[in-house]
This record gives sequence, structure tokens and C-alpha cells, in this order.
Amino acid sequence: MEKVYLDYSATTPLDPRVLEAMLPYFQEKFGNPSSIHRFGQQAESAVETAREITAGVLNCKAEEIIFTSCGSESDNLALRGAALAIREKTGANQILTSRAEHHAVSKTAEQLERYFGFEVKWLDLDPFGRVDPAVVKKAINEKTALVSVMAANNEIGTINPIPEIGEICRHNRVIFHSDAVQAATYLPLDVEHMKVDLLSLGGHKFYGPKGVGALFVRSGTPLLPVLTGGGQEFGLRAGTQNVPYIVGFAEALRLAQSEREKRSAQVSLLRDRIIGSILEEIPDSRLTGDPKDRLPQHASFVFKNVDGNLLLTLLDAAGYACSSGSACKTGNPEPSEVMAAIGLSREWGLGSLRVTLGSGTTPEQISAFLQVLPGLVNQARSLGGK
Amino acid sequence: MPKVALAMSGGVDSSVAAVLLIKQGFDVTGMMLRLWSEPGKEDSNRCCTPDSMAQARRVAARLDIPFYVIDAKEIFWEKVVSSFLDGYAAGDTPNPCLVCNRLIRWEFLLEHALALGVDFMATGHYARSKILPDGRRLLLKGNDPAKDQSYVLHVLTQEKLSRAMFPVGDYTKPEIRQIAEENGLSVARRPDSQDLCFLAGENYRNFLLRYRPAAFQKGAILDSTGRVLGEHSGLPNYTIGQRKGLDISSTVPLYVLEKDGINNTLIVGTFQDLGKTGLSAVDFNWTCGKIEKEPFRAEIKTRYTAQAAPGWVMPESDPTRVSIQFDSPQRDITNGQAAVVYAGDVVIGGGMIVKSR
Repeated sequence: MEKVYLDYSATTPLDPRVLEAMLPYFQEKFGNPSSIHRFGQQAESAVETAREITAGVLNCKAEEIIFTSCGSESDNLALRGAALAIREKTGANQILTSRAEHHAVSKTAEQLERYFGFEVKWLDLDPFGRVDPAVVKKAINEKTALVSVMAANNEIGTINPIPEIGEICRHNRVIFHSDAVQAATYLPLDVEHMKVDLLSLGGHKFYGPKGVGALFVRSGTPLLPVLTGGGQEFGLRAGTQNVPYIVGFAEALRLAQSEREKRSAQVSLLRDRIIGSILEEIPDSRLTGDPKDRLPQHASFVFKNVDGNLLLTLLDAAGYACSSGSACKTGNPEPSEVMAAIGLSREWGLGSLRVTLGSGTTPEQISAFLQVLPGLVNQARSLGGK
Repeated sequence: MPKVALAMSGGVDSSVAAVLLIKQGFDVTGMMLRLWSEPGKEDSNRCCTPDSMAQARRVAARLDIPFYVIDAKEIFWEKVVSSFLDGYAAGDTPNPCLVCNRLIRWEFLLEHALALGVDFMATGHYARSKILPDGRRLLLKGNDPAKDQSYVLHVLTQEKLSRAMFPVGDYTKPEIRQIAEENGLSVARRPDSQDLCFLAGENYRNFLLRYRPAAFQKGAILDSTGRVLGEHSGLPNYTIGQRKGLDISSTVPLYVLEKDGINNTLIVGTFQDLGKTGLSAVDFNWTCGKIEKEPFRAEIKTRYTAQAAPGWVMPESDPTRVSIQFDSPQRDITNGQAAVVYAGDVVIGGGMIVKSR
């Protein structure tokens, strides 16, 4: 049986062209970028080229790019690093963010509140899971140190009005962070247009390797390093750079942005077919997230009275790898915070399904998927006895 | 290639079962149930701790088979834990493992397994099954007499037996351990435990006290003539055959003979009174697929750890009820436990004990 992967928002396979770019830096050009000698220089050159490529995509200066080990690390550095440094500088101690954020942001905010004396204000979401700029405008005040709003949501695909929120932050002279880990695969990443001061990226969402990420830090943004040690990455992130992965990150990001329109077109038509067909054919189903402003590869739903994990199990046994809003391998399902934050009750929120498309997705796969899904939802409902 | 779902626990038996099934050429899918645990005690539920789950997942990964966990918290609470509490509150000594095997493992899990498209479901139980020429399927004791688990499987109907496989039943425990080692399965060497999984190592009385405090009503301790000898602290605190802790003075040692839930009294007597020669069982399942009408000779086990004792089994006109007459008095026959009827290695059937005499 063919195994069909429909979980590209969880991770993507490495693009062979990216692998090709990475390979020389494992053995042949293995030097430490901090070394004086030619080996080191070669590696340093690779890292700095990667930094320039990344800066080119983000429309920023090369020295505003910090390489990290993943998107989560970038979020941690942005929140913890900026919050601590800003408070030191101005005394502001409030963080504005939402419950729909990736845990790398929300759990970091919670820790800053619980152990470091910050105050977290959770921004309300609209029913599409979107942060309304008016809500930010109302909440922001002279105590606000930092606003963090993701560019696009991983669970429900909603794209946030980042430039508008950025404008409000700028007007109030508040630092603005955005987690763009999901957005980077298909959306433009111009930090000037987005009006962000900090932007998190992770390599493996756009056909790059796992274990590498980046943080854009606008010049002049107060930031305390989270990893201290050697002076790598402008003193903001100690540790010998992971040269082959950084090379891979930059190459994957470059390809994602240069092939953006072609890639978007390939998946968005299939996505629309999935959404139309599911809402039409499966009773008690709803689209989650914004119907219009959503990631082009992202379709997400809730089904009333369905155990989402059971549905994923049935789908996997039928050959389709999808995910839900409460990825849980221990059979102990709880609706995710996002489902609760967009106002879904438990009977709806437990039955979430996320279908995300990518380079390997074909129309035939989607046709076959749409054929089996209604029956499996039915089966999950009757097994649940609901 | 026939597909088999295997109920995995992370322990050696079900892990080796996976190895055996794969060697026999089956397409194996590992499954595990997430059962109910008291909030905060999830780490101690013997059947599905995060630890044993990780262990099972690891074994499945090593063997390159799929592994899924199914949420059974709600149904396990409703069908198993609640009836356990109700049984004790009514003065019985229920056996929740039997309910679990009947309604959770061999119904809820089996249904989920079938939904995944499998043909059979296997467990790591020490039992065997075989097909007769007439198409009936017999449940047999496991080959290791010390480990035989056919007692809890007597609840299986013919339909379920036709889906059931017990790969480890042909082996002894030491053989299973050896196969595990030969296959590099570093499975947990957890001690075999008779404790109920959801008690999480706790005494059942404390558990009961939290969930059914009303079950602990003080009442009279009587002798078999109805004479009041003292006061008991609540029927759930006593088990049939118990001698210690009765707190009544007597010239001869006294034992708990009966728990009368209706009158909330505890009947005690001497060692001689302890032996019972007869019992009645209800919800009798004819595991062997053939309902007997006439009395027949058999060996009967009245609890998981008891020795099978010879006697007569007398079917009543209602095929779900039987009476049993032992050749010699038996100790500690307890309402709520199962009486399982054997002909040699073959499980004829079994039902729940409601009366002994």
C-alpha cells in the first residue's frame, strides 16, 4: 500500500538540491568558522554566505541574522532575550501574546511570568484564530515590553495581519516579535513590510534540514543571549556554528522564496478541493481558521463527536499520514489551546484534523484521500459510540 | 498476508508475541489502550504508564511495525471501575479483570482493531486455541501450568475466539524470556503483579473509601445461627476466608464465611464451616461453543490462583446459569469471582459466582 504523506506542516523531506549544497561541509570543508586557519576561513565563508542569502530573502542586513538550532530556539531567544533586556533598559514588564501561539512562545511567556516577574496579557482571537490589530491597539500601553504574534498559525493555517500589528507596535515604540516558522514556506518574508523587530524561522518546514533555525534581530533591538559562551553569532548565540545545516537552511530558504509562486499554485488548488469536498460531504464538519487568509497548503477541520487521535489512527492504517490539533501519542486526548481559544467546545475541539500538502502531493492522492475520509470519520464516530 | 493486531503492554510476553507473529509471516500492528487512571496517578497504572507505553512503542519501532494507542478512559471507567465499586458496595468481591477482558479488551479494542482492517487480534496471554473439525474453536490452557491465563479468557465467545490468537501460549515463561533475549528485546523485567491496574499499587480499600464511602456501613457480625458476635467496620474491609482482624473473642478461630450485602451483615464460623461444596453461577458463557443440557463431570476453578477441583456441573434450563457440586468442600468460594469449568486443558465455560453452599 502506498503511504501518502499529508503532514507537511509537521515537517518536510529534504530537497535533494539542499542536500547537495550541504554535503561538502560534513567532511571536505569541515573547519570551525571561528578558527584562524584556512579550514576555518572556508567554513566561516560558508556561514557568512548563508547569512547573506538569508538576509537577502528577509530584506535586512546580514548582521541582523542569528543562526540557531531550530524555530523553538529562535522563539526562546526572542522572547526571553528581548523581555529581559528591555525590562533592564526601560522597566517595561508586560508581554502581549495569544493562546494560539506555538508552545515555544506561549510556554516561554508563561515561564517569564512565573519565574521572572513578567506579566503576560493574552490577546483575544477572533473566531478564525486571527489577532485583530484593534485588540493589540487596545491592549498595548507604556508597560508593554514586547508583543509576539505568529505570522501564520500551525494548527489552523490562519495568516495574521502582521504589518498592521507591526505598525501599532512601532507607533508605541514596542518591540514586535513574530514566529514565522509556518509562514516561511509560502509567504513573503520582507521584514520591512512586516514591520517586525524579531522574526523566527526553522529550516525543516521548507525542505531544509531539521536542527537549524534563524532569528532576525533588527539592529538596536535589546537582546540578552540565552546561550552564553564564545562570541559566535555577534555574541547573541554561543556555540560552534552547525555549518552544513546553516548552508542547507539558507539554500532551502532561497529556493522556497524563488519558487514561491509555483509551489503555492501547486498546493492551493488541491487545498481548495479538500476544503470544498469535506465540508460538503461530511456532516457536522467545520473548517477551522480563516477561509480566505490561510496558508496555501493548509486545510484544517473539526468534526463533531470524533476522537481526533482515533481518526488519525484509522487514516494511518488506511495509508494517509495527517495530524490534528492535539497531537498526542499516548491516547490521552485533550483539545489544544487553539481550539479552545477560537471558542470550540470539547465535543468539536477533540475532533480536529489537519491536512497539509507539499511537494510530493498529487491530485490522484487527494482524490483517493477524499474517497476514504468520509467513511473513516463515520467509523470513528460509531466506534466512539457517539 | 493476514493482518493481526497485537495488544502490547511493553512487557516481555506481548513483545515476544510480536516477534513470533512476525516470524509466522503475519502483518502485525501493535495496539495499546489508554485506560482510566486516577488523576495524578497515571504514572502508576500497571497497564498503561507512560513508561510501559514508551517501552511498547520502542519494541514496535525495533520490529518496524505500526503502533497505536487508543483512548479507553471513559469506557473503562464506566464499565470496569464503576462496576468494581458497585460490586464492593453490594458486598461482593468483583473481578474487574474479567469485565475488562470481556468488554474492553475483547470488545472495545477488538472493534477498533477490526476498524483498522485486521483479520485477527492477538494478546500475550498464556493460553491456546484450536479449531475442531465441526468448526468450533476451543480455548485451552497455556502450556506453562504456572502461567496459564485461560481463567480470565473464559469470557470469550465463539465469535471472538474466531478472531483471537495467543502466540505465547505454546511456550513456557522461561522459553519466552529466552526468545526475548535472542531477539535483543530489552523489555522491562517488571515483576508479574496480581494488583488491579487502576489501583496504581494502592490498597483497594482506600480507593473504595474515596469513591464509595457509603459502602463502609458498620453492621453486625453473626454466626451461622444468627447470633450477634460483634460489629464489623464495613463489608468491603473483609474477604471470604479471612481470620485475622475480626476483633471478636472466641474460644475457636473464626473465619469470614459470607458477606451478606442485603442485610449488611458478616457471617463467621469455624474452619469446618469454611468449606463449601456447591455454588451457583450466572452469565455463564459456553466458551467451547456447545451448550450442555445434562450434568457432566469437570474440574472447576473458583479463582484465578485456585487449583481446579473435580465435581459435577449441572446446567439449568436457562443456559446462562449452572450449579456446581464439588466432590469435596472448597475453601473461599467468593461471590463476584468466576467459576471456570475445564475438561482437562479445554475451557468448557465460565460464569460469575452468585451463591455458595
